[in-house]
Amino acid sequence: MNVAVDNPALEIHDLTISYNRRPVLWDVDLTIPEGAIVGVIGPNGAGKTTLIKAVMGLVPAGSGYVQIYGRPLDEVRERISYVPQRESVDWDFPASARDVVLMGRYGKLGLFRRPRRADRDKADECLHRVGIEHLGDRQISQLSGGQQQRVFLARALAQDADFYIMDEPFTGVDAATEAAIVEILRGMRARGRTILAVHHDLQSALDYFDWVVLLNMRLVASGPADKVFTAELLQKTYGGKLTLLSKVGNLLQKEEFPTRET
Amino acid sequence: MNDFWIILIGVLVAATCGLLGSYLILRRMAMVGDAIAHAVLPGIVIAFMISESRDSIPMLLGAAAVGLLTTFLIETLHRRGMLQIDASIGLTYTSLFALGVILASAFAGDVDLDLDCILYGEIALAPLYTLDIGGVDMGPRAVWIVGGALILVLSFIFLGYKELYITTFDPAYAAIIGVSVSLWHYLLMGAVSLTTVAAFESVGAILVVAFLIAPPAAAYLLTDNFKHMLLLTVLLGSLAVVGGYYLAAWLDASIAGAMALCMGLVFCAAFGLYRRRLHIASKSLTDQQLAARG
Amino acid sequence: MNSLIEFLTFDDPGVRAVSLGAMLLGIGAAVVGCFTFLRKRALVGDAVAHAVLPGVCLAFILVDFMGSLGWTDISPKHPLALIVGAFVSSWISLRLIDYISFKSRIKEDTAIGLVLSVFFGIGILLLTLIQHGSSAEKAGLNSILFGRIAALTAGDVLLFGAVATVLVFITLMLYKEFQLMSFDEEFAAVTGLPVRRLELTLTTLTVLAVIVAIQAVGVVMTAAILITPPAAARYWTERLPVMILLAALFGALAGLTGAYASFAAPRAPTGPWIVIVLTGFAILSVLFAPRRGALARQLRQRRNAGRIRHENILKALFHLGEQDDDFYAARSSDDILARRPMDGTVLRRGLEQLRRHGYVRREGAAWALTAEGRMRGARITRLHRLWEVYLTQYVGIAPDHVHDDAETIEHILTPELEHELEALLDHPQIDPHARVIPQKHG
Repeated sequence: MNVAVDNPALEIHDLTISYNRRPVLWDVDLTIPEGAIVGVIGPNGAGKTTLIKAVMGLVPAGSGYVQIYGRPLDEVRERISYVPQRESVDWDFPASARDVVLMGRYGKLGLFRRPRRADRDKADECLHRVGIEHLGDRQISQLSGGQQQRVFLARALAQDADFYIMDEPFTGVDAATEAAIVEILRGMRARGRTILAVHHDLQSALDYFDWVVLLNMRLVASGPADKVFTAELLQKTYGGKLTLLSKVGNLLQKEEFPTRET
Repeated sequence: MNDFWIILIGVLVAATCGLLGSYLILRRMAMVGDAIAHAVLPGIVIAFMISESRDSIPMLLGAAAVGLLTTFLIETLHRRGMLQIDASIGLTYTSLFALGVILASAFAGDVDLDLDCILYGEIALAPLYTLDIGGVDMGPRAVWIVGGALILVLSFIFLGYKELYITTFDPAYAAIIGVSVSLWHYLLMGAVSLTTVAAFESVGAILVVAFLIAPPAAAYLLTDNFKHMLLLTVLLGSLAVVGGYYLAAWLDASIAGAMALCMGLVFCAAFGLYRRRLHIASKSLTDQQLAARG
Repeated sequence: MNSLIEFLTFDDPGVRAVSLGAMLLGIGAAVVGCFTFLRKRALVGDAVAHAVLPGVCLAFILVDFMGSLGWTDISPKHPLALIVGAFVSSWISLRLIDYISFKSRIKEDTAIGLVLSVFFGIGILLLTLIQHGSSAEKAGLNSILFGRIAALTAGDVLLFGAVATVLVFITLMLYKEFQLMSFDEEFAAVTGLPVRRLELTLTTLTVLAVIVAIQAVGVVMTAAILITPPAAARYWTERLPVMILLAALFGALAGLTGAYASFAAPRAPTGPWIVIVLTGFAILSVLFAPRRGALARQLRQRRNAGRIRHENILKALFHLGEQDDDFYAARSSDDILARRPMDGTVLRRGLEQLRRHGYVRREGAAWALTAEGRMRGARITRLHRLWEVYLTQYVGIAPDHVHDDAETIEHILTPELEHELEALLDHPQIDPHARVIPQKHG
């Protein structure tokens, strides 16, 4: 199942991504609608994080292209924000929660300009929106896992983007934070924002997401959550690897073959 | 007067290196800094050979380019040569350093540069080489060179504060919002190379490494605020310079060595304070928990 | 040149002893270094080497002081005294690195750099103290910085050579355990190996190897003799025993270089020459090693590209045959180019090469498939279409998206994978675009 939409927020066309010449995602082709909360779901090693990194241009695409709001990434960078996995940064870094949130304003400030009063106010407002306005001055290592996740979310909010990409936003957070984050995401959706989140918990997925992308080395399905969550498609997603595909991938790496002829 | 100049040169080196070192240790690139500090040697020797003097600014820049080349070689060996990063660092810097030592010993007669001073510099002699413009004595040359490097580094950090900060903390996010991670990486490495070259002949490779790493490491333990960390780094580095100078004078031993020792002592003190603070924090936490339970 | 010939005859018993000692020393460091390398601890080895300096100086000062009191009459430069001093201070430096990075937010690389530079600075401080002091034997101690084999007596060299031999012996005795530990420490612990104790042993061996190697390379460049031989050897083999053997060979040759350097120029440091020779081995390995080397990889990629070009031409001719239902008719270059656009010169050269291999015949200005060429073209076409079937049926990709992918995969599928693919798809006859899949013996 691959439901196509008109005027998509995100279009991925025939995307193949390789690490060290070894394809980890094959021929992904999908569209997702604007103003939806979209979950990217699949087993470990399915290529979920790889997919969103490719969307953001952090890993080069072997073939195919990505368009956001009908344009290539570089033309719409200002409209995109990212909430990385919590483990991806060093929380011992000498920074306060407010410092991190303020980073969300850097892109708009451009080179050489320092954050002004308005940027600080915006940062405080975003801290407030995620419910940790009282922790602005606290060093980030002294925050709980849930609070750290909220800081990251506040930073993304401070960016005032239209398209939000999140890597496992619910991992390692307490129930209260999880509920709060969902609430915030729904508020964002109400204002027409689009959210693409990697998620691994099937239980909650149906509640959280309007649209679901099932992934396992290739696209299994993309469509409205209630239509995609069928036993058959889930079995296809979680039912083990495609051994032939892995073997060919290994061979491509070993022989140092190009992923695409040029 | 000599005391003053030596201490001033030391403080200038400590400040310049410490500021850059703060970024290096947060980026987990301390050892790349170490590699650069050793690997600029062939650049310096060649620069001396060609210019036959110590004053030429273009030659200093040329030598600094070797530092940048080191970073590039380390990354190329790692990425394209498929060599693990630690071995890549070790291999690159030992090779370049060996080349430098060979060049230095081969041309020792022609160039005013001896092997020992490569390692521990000649900070005691630095005030003797003075800068002379139109017959006017402008004070020690090293003060001008290292001072110039400090001004460059200060303006670099002032202008690029945001970008350096964000590419250090979260490079992936920086890339998303359009900050070029590799540009700032190479700018930083360029600054480290330039500083190393500027400081090299007055304080030697080993003190450069100590100044790059020890004061920032100590400051990192004492504060959670990055701006305070930069400030504290400069202060602690200067403290070690002053202490080291008088220790060396008292012992009649290497000034660079004594400064490195003092830097070690400063770090030990910072480490002690840090552990104590941790201990108190964890104790008050258990107290709170006990109170909550009771 | 004369000195090289003179050296290589090994007539001089002094030369023989020094050469043997230096080679043993290189071998010892390289063999232990293999495990340091595999455990990704190269920079720790570097720190250990720098930390040797204060220990050596302290030992000198202590023994000299005891001598001045008349308690002992051994020379403060006695190698045993220096080994003990070096051993103690390197051990302390290692414990400190671990302690600092475990007990605080300081990361390991910072801890290494910190300990390395501070210990070395202290060493320099002590060294200058000794040089400014009154000891009668202070001369020559600073040859430890850049290595100077010539500064050693034949007895010293043999002692260090003996230590190196013991190192190699112990390493080989514990080979199995070290191998497992370097590969997967957790698994090693689960299988009941005394990982902690083995690690301690390996660290001790590393420290000893460093101390021994310093005599030849000097403190600053010791990392090279420990790490560069294994790094170079790694390019030539995937097997650990071969790697160790090769590393030992590189180490031995480097040691020999050092011995020669000290013979040719007794007053110059030997360290840099050894390092340069080792770097030479490493560069040769990076460039020319058979599988992992840059040149081999470049050649492999070019060969792949050539194969892809050839197979594409055969495939185009085969498609033209399908179209006209006549596989052996001659076709002009333009016909082929119309079927598959490519550079005209590339096509001409490709056809010429294919002719030499017997896949095509030349008929005037036109080209025709031979029976062999037709078989090969049919195989590529079959693989292409099989892969398209696989992608649509198993990977769930739309039929209009499978072509590009199959264009690559058709060239790489092995006969085994082909067989597997056919069995999995149950020998399909038709591809997703309703074209007939050519059969193996059709």
